[in-house]
Amino acid sequence: MHAMAMTSLDDTCASLRSQIAATEASLAALKCDLAHAEQAATATLAADTAGNKGKGPTRWPLMPDEYRRYGRQMIVSQVGLQGQLKLRSAKVLLVGAGGLGCPAAQYLAGAGVGTIGLIDGDTVEASNLHRQVLHRTKNVGKYKVDSAIESLRDLNPLPTYIAHRNHLTPAEAPTIFREYDLILDCTDNPATRYLISDTAVLLGKPLVSASALRTEGQLMVLNNPPRPPGDKTGGPCYRCVFPRPPPADSVVSCADGGILGPVVGTMGVLQALEAIKVITAPSVDATSSKDPPSLHIFSAYSSSPFRTIRLRSRRLTCAVCSAEASVTLETITSGSTDYVFFCGSTNPASLLGPTERISALDYHERYPDNVPAPTIIDVRDNVQFEICNLENSINIPISTILSSSRPSKAQNGDVDNQSQLPPWIPSEVANSDHPVYVVCRLGNDSQIAVQKMKDLGMHQDGQRFIGDIRGGFRAWRDQVDPDWPEY
Amino acid sequence: MAQSAPEDGEISIAVEFTGGLELLFSNERKHNVTLPANLDDGARPDIAYLLRYLVDNIMQDQRKEMFIMEDNVRPGILVLINDADWELEGEEKYELQQGDNIVFVSTLHGG
Repeated sequence: MHAMAMTSLDDTCASLRSQIAATEASLAALKCDLAHAEQAATATLAADTAGNKGKGPTRWPLMPDEYRRYGRQMIVSQVGLQGQLKLRSAKVLLVGAGGLGCPAAQYLAGAGVGTIGLIDGDTVEASNLHRQVLHRTKNVGKYKVDSAIESLRDLNPLPTYIAHRNHLTPAEAPTIFREYDLILDCTDNPATRYLISDTAVLLGKPLVSASALRTEGQLMVLNNPPRPPGDKTGGPCYRCVFPRPPPADSVVSCADGGILGPVVGTMGVLQALEAIKVITAPSVDATSSKDPPSLHIFSAYSSSPFRTIRLRSRRLTCAVCSAEASVTLETITSGSTDYVFFCGSTNPASLLGPTERISALDYHERYPDNVPAPTIIDVRDNVQFEICNLENSINIPISTILSSSRPSKAQNGDVDNQSQLPPWIPSEVANSDHPVYVVCRLGNDSQIAVQKMKDLGMHQDGQRFIGDIRGGFRAWRDQVDPDWPEY
Repeated sequence: MAQSAPEDGEISIAVEFTGGLELLFSNERKHNVTLPANLDDGARPDIAYLLRYLVDNIMQDQRKEMFIMEDNVRPGILVLINDADWELEGEEKYELQQGDNIVFVSTLHGG
């Protein structure tokens, strides 16, 4: 009876899931239809306004305002009237309305791209504003796509703007991409980058892909020219360049690694430029040579900040764009191409047991005003330590801890433990038996550090407490000190 | 790129790390590396030899897996030989020449 009820519930869930997927797909299609109807309405209105009092075909292909607005780029020979008309009829999708998507969209809107779609499920946060230049302080909390489109309309009301207020999913990607001519990858994670590239290849759309972190950026124009899978004359795709994803724990986000606004802005602006080049390129026959595929690298603090690398052509064994392709639109939408599994994921560390951890509040109650003084080791990097730190805490960055070699067990045998300790452990810490509390920004690195210190024998065979403050300085702020800087 | 003239029987090459990889190499982007022009078995040093040399001699960080996996560069790192993707040059079997510029680029994902 119970088993039967479960089976029937499972069926119900499966049926509901597939109904939701189907409804979402048709909703996405309806939104695209609406956008096109709106665009047609705008164009008709524009033609009526510009035309000879609404009668007959207009004398000039662009409206008077368009000549004034776009004149400075139209008189550049690479664009011209034909290029401007191509821009006006182009439909460009930007996946991501953040540090790359904002400047890219701004220049594409300014240049008069006729239809600009933005897809992003995030809302604006204060920490975005230094680089995501379309978002205004008053729009913190608003959907990024709505905030961005508000600014874009102020800049140029002529294009049609389409808002997709959710993150790109494999189920919806083909339906959405189908309605556009060119895709810009302005996202921030490998799984979505593979999804975007795969979908773009299978639907024959060129892709301008960029990324940035700290002081560096990278840019590639992929699947250009966009030929069908198996056609070696097509441009390489993301999988040709990176057939295997990086290990998940090697991927650093802007939130963790930091990012300079003008660095990611430079890359977004370059994406807009490459998009304009692709859209306005004179049509070429299949035999004429194109620019070879390349990777542009920007290193803001290098003596040669711009550098261009020749890339390989399509990979003969590529899982998407070769004759041996195994990824298809069907495997994408059905979920059998599993991007999250392919790229792996890192879970928040849970290396320590409950007796090795203390909550921020318990720590504060045990050591009010740091009396009696325990040893606090702060494993954030030096730059973050200088932004804010606890009185009497010792800064030993996690990178220092992880780069130290571990004494072997054999060496540890009958020699004094402390002579084996690495040099980064201050002698006053090594020579005392005070409890050691390790703290970091969020409570992950602190656990790794605790484990490393125990491996090194610092806990004196269990005689000395070494543990971490659970949740790091975020928890400290929430539970103990609301004035602690939130950066 | 100016480099000191190598001794007989040696070649010197420029190695550069970017995209965050420099953090694994003492936070230095550029390293000048001198290798024997011929190895014990008479072969010339290739990229595979250079990878081992870098891990054994230059890399201080213990997290070798952030650079090398399965005796090759880990996924997500591009190797550039004189500004071209190493796949255009024979990958790890490319034989190093005096004055070569080898760049290791970690792919970025932020945006």
